[in-house]
Amino acid sequence: MDGVAPYVTADGRQIGGVLMDMRGITLRFGGVEAIKNISFDIREGEIRAIIGPNGAGKSSMLNVISGFYHPQDGEVWFRGEKRPPMKPYQVARLGIARTFQNIALFEGMSVLDNIMTGRLTHMKTGLLAQAIWKGKAEAEEVANREVVEKIIDFLEIQAIRKTPVGRLPYGLKKRVELARALAAEPKLLLLDEPMAGMNVEEKEDMSRFILDVNDEFGTTIALIEHDMGVVMDLSDRVVVMDYGRKIGDGTPDEVRNNQEVIDAYLGVAHE
Amino acid sequence: MLYREAGDFKTSYQADSQTFPIAFDRWRYWAVLVIAFCVVPFFVNAYWANAILVPFLIYAIAAIGLNILTGYCGQVSLGTGGFMAVGAYACYKLMTSFPDVSIVIHIILAGGITAAVGATFGLPSLRIKGFYLAVATLAAQFFLVWMFNKVAWFYNYSASGQITAPERFVAGVAVTGPNTAPWAQYMICLVFLTVCALIARNLTRGTIGRSWMAIRDMDIAAEIIGVNPLKAKLTAFAVSSFFIGISGALFFAVYLGAVEVGEAFGIQKSFLVLFMIIIGGLGSLFGSFAGAAFLVLLPVALKVIGVDVLGWPTDLVAHLQLVIVGGLIMFFLIKEPHGLAQLWRLAKEKLRLWPFPY
Repeated sequence: MDGVAPYVTADGRQIGGVLMDMRGITLRFGGVEAIKNISFDIREGEIRAIIGPNGAGKSSMLNVISGFYHPQDGEVWFRGEKRPPMKPYQVARLGIARTFQNIALFEGMSVLDNIMTGRLTHMKTGLLAQAIWKGKAEAEEVANREVVEKIIDFLEIQAIRKTPVGRLPYGLKKRVELARALAAEPKLLLLDEPMAGMNVEEKEDMSRFILDVNDEFGTTIALIEHDMGVVMDLSDRVVVMDYGRKIGDGTPDEVRNNQEVIDAYLGVAHE
Repeated sequence: MLYREAGDFKTSYQADSQTFPIAFDRWRYWAVLVIAFCVVPFFVNAYWANAILVPFLIYAIAAIGLNILTGYCGQVSLGTGGFMAVGAYACYKLMTSFPDVSIVIHIILAGGITAAVGATFGLPSLRIKGFYLAVATLAAQFFLVWMFNKVAWFYNYSASGQITAPERFVAGVAVTGPNTAPWAQYMICLVFLTVCALIARNLTRGTIGRSWMAIRDMDIAAEIIGVNPLKAKLTAFAVSSFFIGISGALFFAVYLGAVEVGEAFGIQKSFLVLFMIIIGGLGSLFGSFAGAAFLVLLPVALKVIGVDVLGWPTDLVAHLQLVIVGGLIMFFLIKEPHGLAQLWRLAKEKLRLWPFPY
């Protein structure tokens, strides 16, 4: 898989070299092996899907990438360097942002504040400068606000910027969470079931935003999703997991025709 | 009718993120400042200063401090009294060791020392949350009070075990000691409160405030976004203790003048300040003021009504006060966990639409 030449997709997007490389990841919780010796890579500029039945270990995989879990075995390579075991906030500083399966927004804060919090890794002023506010802190606040406002425009949530997040409906919360992740200007964006619990219209909106993010900002995206139609339409390559093992990897068409994948999803006939 | 945001357009992000986005609020803010600084000092007498204004100002600083820790960062603390004691004793030791240095610098340094102590006692917060953390800070409360009682060095080996503030001057005016004029007491506390409130406001609206609130609302998501929990929690403890230390120093040096640690900074003080922010409103600076004002005024008001107007015996009124405070706390926890500040916010929202709510 390494050393694959950059290429241009049919719809004209540039896919570069390997951005993130997971090598032989094994993750155990006590006696349970959640992930069994899985390797896959994510290439720059692509949309990479991770699919699999419930309990396959997909979310655990994302948690390994974002530093919540530390695998017992295996190596995580990011941008050509082996990543030492890191805390989640250190991973965030590397330029990896994510959303959660069940929304993890800051309910007590406004939409704007939530998204501004996403800019945290870009904020540099010290405690004293912030206490004085006038000058450095204010300038930084305004500069970052401009970036945030662009994202607010991009995701079409201008009208709710001052609304407390707790008052928003589900679909909008998902969108705000995406905005918060985007505010970090990540190199790699991890989306854990971005369309769970949405109706068709909301799914279409979300798909459009994901494609636009990838297209306009060139952000590499790794996503977990259960809606096969969405996965097959959006992603460039798909990893399929089942019971912690990798059972398929390739373009949507390859995966769709993979017998093992079909067995995992549809079951095997017993004679 | 003045209370409108319609027509009050913001043309820059700077203007949009100011403290009082509505013009009417800004005028009122300046009016309050002008009255507090230019009018009140000329009319304040010993009764008003001692019974209401000075304790209000000092408790407001402590409430702002605790609100930063508990209201903004979500870390429950029952160590407020202990940290106030640290501020008081630090101030006392500084005053007696360096008599030539200005008291203002001593009070600020006392805040700094308390910040260091607070951050140390904040270390357990990295591992434990909620009730368990409250118990850990309770340990800080008892330990600190015990230490100031036990180690004679802290009270300069005085026979009574008390600390007494020597007379100190700011710009030629006595602010501590028995000859302090009420207006001087009032002014020094007011200046400290104003500066503290401004700093607190600036911190809470910026990056650091957002990382505190992120930790409070969902620590896992905060971490994924790049908030270092260690840094966020310890800065919250440090900044909070800084304010509480200043309030403790003022409480001792300016307000009481002489202090016995168990009496002035016992566990009751921790609860009193905690009640202030619960009744006033967690996570709101205005709430810190409202809560402090409420709990300082309540006993005075009850005494005036009960003893002076109705002629009830003093002890009955004193007991009644405990009952009322307890009842109010339960009422607020059930009905309005965000306290007076939230009631105020709701009133303002209604006012904005009044008289045409549709």
